[in-house]
Amino acid sequence: MSEEKVLRILVAKAGLDGHDRGAKIIARTLRDAGFEVIYTGLHQTPEMIAEAAVQEDVDAVGLSMLSGAHMTLFPAVIDALKERGADDIAVFGGGIVPADDMPELKKAGVREVFTPGVSTQEIVEWIRNNIEPRTAV
Amino acid sequence: MRKQDWLNEKYPQQSERAQRFSTISDMEVDPIYAPDDLNGSNLEGIGFPGEYPYTRGVYPSMYRGKYWTMRQFAGFGTPEDTNQRFKLLLSEGQTGLSTAFDMPVLMGYDPDHPRSLGEVGREGVSVSTIKDMERLFDDIPLDKVSTSMTVNCTASVLLAMYIAVADKQDIPRNKLSGTIQNDMLKEYIAQKEWICPPEPAVRIVTDMIEFCTKEVPRWHAVSISGYHIREAGSTAVQELAFTLADGIGYVQAAIERGLEVDDFAPRLSFFFDIHNDFFEEIAKLRAARRMWAKIMKERFGAKNPRSLLMRTHCQTAGVSLTAQQPVNNVVRVAIQALAGVLGGTQSLHTNSMDETLALPTEASVMVALRTQQIIAEESGVANIVDPLGGSWAVEALTDRMEKDACAYIDRIDELGGIIPAINMGYPQKEIADSAYRYQQQLDAKEKVIVGVNAHEIPEERPMETLKIHPEVERSQIAQVKQVKQERDSAQAEEHLSRVHAAARNGQNLMPVLIDAVKAYCTVGEISDVYREVFGVYQDPAWL
Repeated sequence: MSEEKVLRILVAKAGLDGHDRGAKIIARTLRDAGFEVIYTGLHQTPEMIAEAAVQEDVDAVGLSMLSGAHMTLFPAVIDALKERGADDIAVFGGGIVPADDMPELKKAGVREVFTPGVSTQEIVEWIRNNIEPRTAV
Repeated sequence: MRKQDWLNEKYPQQSERAQRFSTISDMEVDPIYAPDDLNGSNLEGIGFPGEYPYTRGVYPSMYRGKYWTMRQFAGFGTPEDTNQRFKLLLSEGQTGLSTAFDMPVLMGYDPDHPRSLGEVGREGVSVSTIKDMERLFDDIPLDKVSTSMTVNCTASVLLAMYIAVADKQDIPRNKLSGTIQNDMLKEYIAQKEWICPPEPAVRIVTDMIEFCTKEVPRWHAVSISGYHIREAGSTAVQELAFTLADGIGYVQAAIERGLEVDDFAPRLSFFFDIHNDFFEEIAKLRAARRMWAKIMKERFGAKNPRSLLMRTHCQTAGVSLTAQQPVNNVVRVAIQALAGVLGGTQSLHTNSMDETLALPTEASVMVALRTQQIIAEESGVANIVDPLGGSWAVEALTDRMEKDACAYIDRIDELGGIIPAINMGYPQKEIADSAYRYQQQLDAKEKVIVGVNAHEIPEERPMETLKIHPEVERSQIAQVKQVKQERDSAQAEEHLSRVHAAARNGQNLMPVLIDAVKAYCTVGEISDVYREVFGVYQDPAWL
């Protein structure tokens, strides 16, 4: 019986915004759900986030975005991962993102964006169903 | 009959609809309150409005004298965009201005800095030079309006700009009135927008308190804020306790500077969140006034009665609004605003229904302002001072809030004060724990949010929201580049080096900052000086 690899997830706070209530709740929730969680702390640039994702060898990056800069920062994180040959790291996120902006974000490669009111179980379920370990062990 | 006897003998506990009844902060409440909830000394402590310890309000006549200031927080896009919104609000009966700045201002970067990419004018107005400030307040008489500015780690620079604009218009500094948030301690605790570590940050705040006391006497140099603490997920008691602990921190620092408590204390102001739980919020404001009066009198020996008054602004809880069925938010805001008024606030912002989605549209801002006007002019609640005073429930909850908040303040004193407490992450951890617990209660449906975990509608039509055009960023970048090109650069350099020297040698920063912004030094450049001299604070990133 092969042992299932525990998913490693980087919870990241991009840009200048410091509101970290959501990021911290998600990080704790994912940890309690059995994932390995790394939290970047605040005020991270897209490059810092991509670098941490590669260094920590994560399977997915969860971005918290409340500042309205999502249309710039989500694609910038995806580009920074590509530059490091790590575009197989899934990028998802949560925060204040109007429905109108979703199609463009999905087109840019964002796998899912969770908006206010979603329960933490739904996020955990989504990760279990949609995120694959990056490299087979 | 005593309350406990009545509960034991007559109260049908088995027919209650829940096992446990608690506030949104998870503070358990009794089925009824009765005279025996208040011992005699507390009843005496309630007193009259305008009298120590001010539980019933800071002024004897409260809203029979004048209504609270209706002050809607506004700011987006370019200075012209926000100037237009200000003028609309003033023409619709708003009585004070309140400015929201964008993230680059709040973190000390100019629009042309790489870290500002995508953030310029997004969640507040973009300002980087005195020219922007002049455009922002164009045609608004600075000696007639009172202006609030929500900015913290760069507050010294923005206040310098406001004063410099007034100087250029020959408006005497003693005619300026308003508030600058400038509460750095709560930044480390909750909102987390900072440049330097707490010690130098508090030194800059103290410079501003000292300067305003002497030069801009009608200005509130700090607005000690619980709002962000609550929005970050604290309970009502934690909001109350950490806010007052921050207040103690500033008063202590100013006294250590050599200021007389009665010279500056009357200009300290406060800012609280008003969340959904109606009686808890009213009790919180009543307890806050009483606690502050006692702290100022007993801990700091203030003699001037004005030093004992906690004057506060309130804002309805942004975090309570839902993206689902957003029109319901109008009702939430009305209930919260009513609690703020019954709690005795001096100034109020009512959130707009669309604020979980984006910055508010003009139409939704109007509903929010009208909500205050309906409470003031139609409901009749403003005609009786502290109408809930003497309610057994409200007085008992007020006592309870005070007792629990005092326990937190004692703990912070044991840790050596608020800065050591912050440095060890104590308030941050307490808040994160409360936020997590509340989320678990929501997920388990122990707490209800209508439209989110109860009474949901499967498919909803999205609401029209305000869009910030990407052109805003381009034009603000062009503006700041042009200012940097056209100014006398040697003079600007000279002024920046004076800021550098004052930052290092401990001289009050405000006079040199006012000169520097007049020479077109920017928010980003002055913040760079702070970064260089004081270092950059690193978040401990607790989970």
